[in-house]
Amino acid sequence: MTPPPNHAVLNLTSVVVVAGLYSAGTFLLLQRGLLRILVGIVLLGHATNLLLLLVGGRSGRPAMSGSVPPDQMSDPLPQGMALTSIVITFALTTFLLTLAYRAWTLLGNTEVRDDVEDHRITALEERLEAQAGFHFFPHPSLPHPHAPRLHRADRDGHRPHQQPAPDNAGRDADDAGPDNAGADEPASDGAGTDESGSGSSGDGRPGGDQG
Amino acid sequence: MTVPAALAVLPVVGPMLAAGGTLLLRFHVRAQRVLALAVVAAVVADAAVLLAAADSGGPTVAHLGGWPPPIGITLVADRLAALLLLTSAVVTLAVLGYAVGQGVVDERTGGNSMIFHACYLTLVAGVALAYLTADLFNLFVAFEIMLVSSYVLITLDTTAQRVQAGMTYVIVSLTSSLLFLTVLAMVYAATGTVSLAGLAATVPGLPPALRAALGLLVLVVFGIKAAVVPLHFWLPDSYPTAPAPITAVLAALLTKVGVYAIVRTHTLVFPHDGTWPLLLCAAVATLLVGALGALAQEDLNRVLSFLLVSHIGFMLFGLSLFTVVGLAGVILYMVHHIVVQATLFLASGLVTRYAGTSLPRRTGGLATVVPVVAALFAVPALSLSGVPPLSGFVAKLALLQAGSQAGAASGPDAGAYRAGVYVAVAAMLVTSLLTLYVMARVWVIAFWRRPRPARPDPDPEDSLEVGTATVSRPMVAATAGLVAAGLVFPGLAGPLSGLATRAAADLLTPSAYEHAVLRDQPGRPTDGHGAAGRLAPSTRRTTGNSDPAGNGGTAGNGGTP
Repeated sequence: MTPPPNHAVLNLTSVVVVAGLYSAGTFLLLQRGLLRILVGIVLLGHATNLLLLLVGGRSGRPAMSGSVPPDQMSDPLPQGMALTSIVITFALTTFLLTLAYRAWTLLGNTEVRDDVEDHRITALEERLEAQAGFHFFPHPSLPHPHAPRLHRADRDGHRPHQQPAPDNAGRDADDAGPDNAGADEPASDGAGTDESGSGSSGDGRPGGDQG
Repeated sequence: MTVPAALAVLPVVGPMLAAGGTLLLRFHVRAQRVLALAVVAAVVADAAVLLAAADSGGPTVAHLGGWPPPIGITLVADRLAALLLLTSAVVTLAVLGYAVGQGVVDERTGGNSMIFHACYLTLVAGVALAYLTADLFNLFVAFEIMLVSSYVLITLDTTAQRVQAGMTYVIVSLTSSLLFLTVLAMVYAATGTVSLAGLAATVPGLPPALRAALGLLVLVVFGIKAAVVPLHFWLPDSYPTAPAPITAVLAALLTKVGVYAIVRTHTLVFPHDGTWPLLLCAAVATLLVGALGALAQEDLNRVLSFLLVSHIGFMLFGLSLFTVVGLAGVILYMVHHIVVQATLFLASGLVTRYAGTSLPRRTGGLATVVPVVAALFAVPALSLSGVPPLSGFVAKLALLQAGSQAGAASGPDAGAYRAGVYVAVAAMLVTSLLTLYVMARVWVIAFWRRPRPARPDPDPEDSLEVGTATVSRPMVAATAGLVAAGLVFPGLAGPLSGLATRAAADLLTPSAYEHAVLRDQPGRPTDGHGAAGRLAPSTRRTTGNSDPAGNGGTAGNGGTP
């Protein structure tokens, strides 16, 4: 099947421009700062809008009906789509800008945060290494392979809410009180181990109640 | 039975207009609530009518603005769309009831937002549009409506944590939206149409490599929205931070709309002949990664988020078989999962409100304090794990049957397929078992211990007030209503699976969809590339409604004229 004739013309300059915009946008999207990401998304949005216009056929023709015969018209549908997508990307750009501003006022930075799991794994590893007295990774002078870059807020000692800080764990064990005192092992000051400790106490509880 | 086409428009336009109405009424919170509840209830009734009409008399089709299908906006309520619309509308109604109950409580402490109802209603409209739309560009618009509402909802009452979570979510979703636009441009360049019916006729004529590339791009786009491993990483970090009703509605609906989009595009536009190994692998990875991730979590909402990812794998498995039985299983599983996932997040919200924390090990034994919540959490948790006779069992059984049937099928290179299918079936069973283990552990730790004395609010800075006074009766009632809806499912298992089988047969017979869309169009398109789309739509699939026995995916290459 041959493609529709209206779409057979591609302008090489436009193709190069679109490809350049895609590459630059993707590169910026992979940065950590929200503003760079924002610019990346703007570039990617321009790239897609241009691509939409590009597939509409030869440029320079009118898209309005009535001015020229239909076979000399440009395809109006991609132009309508590009218009819609311009509106949407514009609205989302402003939303991301306000989000960046809010992040700046609340956090003091606009960096995208590390993965929560990375934090937990690193914390667990550090605890285990401290207990075992040796490093799991052969060259401790090298950067830790799992060590995430810390935020400014994290460096000051604030940590995200969900993630159990090591100094928290002792308090947790105290909080548990007589509930899981029996199940608390000396190693229970870690995220995973603490949970299993409570789990075993929970398992034991029903039997204890009934018996 | 045929119904006026306006009924297919109402689920989109009604909530949209009501969203504007709530903005006008922004200083009258009670009027906002009444309006929102009334409109969503109307959508539920409308969806029920549409479903009855679609099942008895064929799809309800609405052409907006009088433009013919390849150009104009067309809404189609066929069996699948109407069934999912009804399920989603019921869930949104219950969650809205919960949110209203929570709003009533929070009013006393001043924590209420004027724009919540407007965003919620646009979200409902976006979800409805995504189900009903019959062209790819409108699907993009529907996703944007949904996502923009969810961006605002997730970052409502901004705390530092929500801003951080919102950033990841917004950036990932925006990236996938831009990819979607790119795919749209390429699809239009290749075929000259974005109407699903038109694409169903033109795409089989494209070169196989181009077709595969477009199909894979579409899969990536919707895979990000549906949280398919390895594109799932954003979900457990972003959903749990929002308030319970928002998390519930996002988790229940957004990922399932993504799955629906995968199902719709990959049955209608990029059909496969028999099992699709790539999707089968993605399904197994999703199942296991999600379940093992849930195993390592402590926070209740994060556990539920990882389980959400995991159970997307069930639906992908059913789709990857491309048989009527498999797709019927997918549809049943989507209905089950929408209801159950929303119920679980609502129950988790109740736990958080009573105990002041979503960490099970800190809640103490809630079962003696609030036995209702313990029961409301236990039922959907067991259902999610697939314990009979709850809805999860019915849906999982359908998928396992489809798997065993596909595994027993013989073909030219059946050996590898058979092994793959059986591996996936084993992964599903293991995942169910892991889900049961995770849920039982969470329940035992959170509920079944000695009750501990009330503790002070651990974080007085945040908006969350803690204690028994912060839970209102509508919140419990809404959760109980959803649990009851989940219990209706196995009671209606026979009729529902019949309906799902008919919907699945529709999906594997795209000519029915094309006929429905193009049947009563106002006029034939006159533009230069419309003719390519009209080629022999009825010869592509040979399996009709009369053959729901499972070999519907075997005749996918008859479309080349």
